[in-house]
Amino acid sequence: MSDNVKFVQGNEACVEAALYAGLDFYAGYPITPSSEITEGLSYRLPQIGGKFIQMEDEIASLCAIIGASLTGSKVMTATSGPGFSLMQEALGYAIMAEIPCVIVDVQRGGPSTGLPTQGSQGDVNQARWGTHGDHAIIALTASNHQDVFAVTVEAFNLAETYRTPVVLLFDEIVAHMRERLVIPEPGEIPLVGRLRTSVKEGVDYHPYLPREDGRLPMSDFGGVHRYNVTGLFHDMWGFPSSEPQIVHGLLRHLVDKLENRVNQLAWFKEYYLEDAEHLLISYGSAARSARHVVEKRRLRGERLGFLELQTLWPFPTDIVRDKCAHVKSVIVVELNMGQILQAVKLAVDQPEKVFLVNRIDGVFITPTDILNLLRLIQGKGV
Amino acid sequence: MAVKDYLRERFFPHLWCPGCGHGMVLNGLVQAIEKLGVSRNEIVMVSGIGCSSRITGYVDFHTLHTIHGRALAFATGVKMSRPELTLIVPMGDGDALAIGGNHFIHAARRNIDMTAIVMNNRIYGMTGGQFSPLSGENVSATTAPYLTIDPSFDVVELSKAAGATYVARTTTYHIKQMQDIIRQAILHEGFSVVEILSQCPTYFGRKNKAGSAVDMVKWYKKNTTPIGSKAKKENPELVERGIFVQEERPEYCKQYEKIVQTAMKG
Ligand SMILES: Cc1ncc(C[n+]2csc(CCOP(=O)(O)OP(=O)(O)O)c2C)c(N)n1
Ligand code: SF4
Repeated sequence: MSDNVKFVQGNEACVEAALYAGLDFYAGYPITPSSEITEGLSYRLPQIGGKFIQMEDEIASLCAIIGASLTGSKVMTATSGPGFSLMQEALGYAIMAEIPCVIVDVQRGGPSTGLPTQGSQGDVNQARWGTHGDHAIIALTASNHQDVFAVTVEAFNLAETYRTPVVLLFDEIVAHMRERLVIPEPGEIPLVGRLRTSVKEGVDYHPYLPREDGRLPMSDFGGVHRYNVTGLFHDMWGFPSSEPQIVHGLLRHLVDKLENRVNQLAWFKEYYLEDAEHLLISYGSAARSARHVVEKRRLRGERLGFLELQTLWPFPTDIVRDKCAHVKSVIVVELNMGQILQAVKLAVDQPEKVFLVNRIDGVFITPTDILNLLRLIQGKGV
Repeated sequence: MAVKDYLRERFFPHLWCPGCGHGMVLNGLVQAIEKLGVSRNEIVMVSGIGCSSRITGYVDFHTLHTIHGRALAFATGVKMSRPELTLIVPMGDGDALAIGGNHFIHAARRNIDMTAIVMNNRIYGMTGGQFSPLSGENVSATTAPYLTIDPSFDVVELSKAAGATYVARTTTYHIKQMQDIIRQAILHEGFSVVEILSQCPTYFGRKNKAGSAVDMVKWYKKNTTPIGSKAKKENPELVERGIFVQEERPEYCKQYEKIVQTAMKG
């Protein structure tokens, strides 16, 4: 194997991608099944002059990376459900203060301590709605290591582009599975760096005044522009304000900057959609079995199609509606009680034709599980 | 540079009540920094949530007003990624030692170079007068209508035990001492804790019949004494002021530099 071909766990693919994307600073707290990311970066980051710190908990971990991001660093933390729950307040802070950062949640069974060592996709809605107040969020996922790599790099790019936290929703199965990973050559995937202000020293810099293209150039803490950052509603200087017009304008800005770009942010893969009668929609580890079923049944001439979602939030409503328009049924395959199912039902014109195929017992959903339910939906009996 | 050059006059008047001790802390802090002559671009001030934490809005440094109790965690990220910057972290007593207690002891344990200032008014000012872990027993608060039964932390003892390498206490009456203590805390390499007894006439004062702001400040004069003074021996009830700890121990970011060197050698 050449140097850039590796046989690794999903968590290691995430580590490789974060370093490829230019990660400078990582803070974390150990938790299964994400610990390999924290361990890996404790080893790798100092080798390139980066910084690693093990904090006292997950709250502190997210707070620390937000602080580091303000000095101009590319930052990340990784955790699993219990830690992700602890992070929700600081996640809202990063949204409000518009601080680029990447948060990995390697999902395990929940609620509570749940199933620490087994896979689940139960945090999908938490990623969307976990922090309080109206807001928008980006959450990406992947079903294989090459895609773990790709979406991790993309998470850093999106965080910088939109000055926002980006959530990577992996799951225990992909995280701990071993498979081939080809690390792209430097430059093969374009990287987005920090957009810094061109305002000169001594000239009034407005950290929260968007440019015409909607982007907000930053200035590193420690640099020549001194400004305020707060989680309160704030004006263009970052100073607290409860002026109704300012409050309204800021909330609209925070939501619109992502929700108005849903199609641009949507990463997905489609297979055999042209003539599909039944469409399977899945993501993460569950997508592996779903795709397998579709490939196998196609060989027998069954007209199954497959849509793999990689961007879960903002939910690509129009794209999903469009892809579902001409099929007889839509089958959502996921490892929870129907979190993406609800989003799909809201998206399509005929919600009654959308079905759920799931497992919630900590066991990986197999092609046979899917086939059994598929036969029922297709009216073939078990 | 004049003291006023360290303030963001655009954002005045401040929101503190008349007679609030927090304004006096702001004054002492800015005077101390002015004496040190550190460039404003090199200072990052990080705070949490509370009346005390609003101090960051008024000073012309890089300022980070964060969430309740977590200021030291944010500050740790700033300091680790840019160790050459000077970190100052003002906090309320609830902010620092109730919700933020865990971050407080761990920052002290690491001995990461920053100055934590606990603006101790023994009450939750911002939320309207509930008791704090520094209220102590027999205090009246909106959540202690029958008076508090919770014993107080001793900030000095707690900081020492957690590993802070500079620990001091002063009050809003002792403005000169406050300036001097803050100045030395900033100069100290390691985790510094400065506890400043700071009056909240609006809630603590009113609820506990402590009189006006002036009366409360005078109380600090009467009831505190320099460390190890004769007065303390005669009256153990007196609260000691001064520098309790000032010692050398390896600083966290410096230690991490060594890890980087080792890791880079491969
Ligand atoms: C997570 C969270 N819990 C509670 C609050 C409400 N809250 C705001 S400030 C505060 C305490 C303020 O007291 P203190 O820290 O002593 O500062 P002071 O206002 O007295 O200066 C509380 C409980 C909050 N903002 N966030
Ligand atoms: S409520 Fe108390 S702490 Fe808050 S500003 Fe008023 S006097 Fe100061």
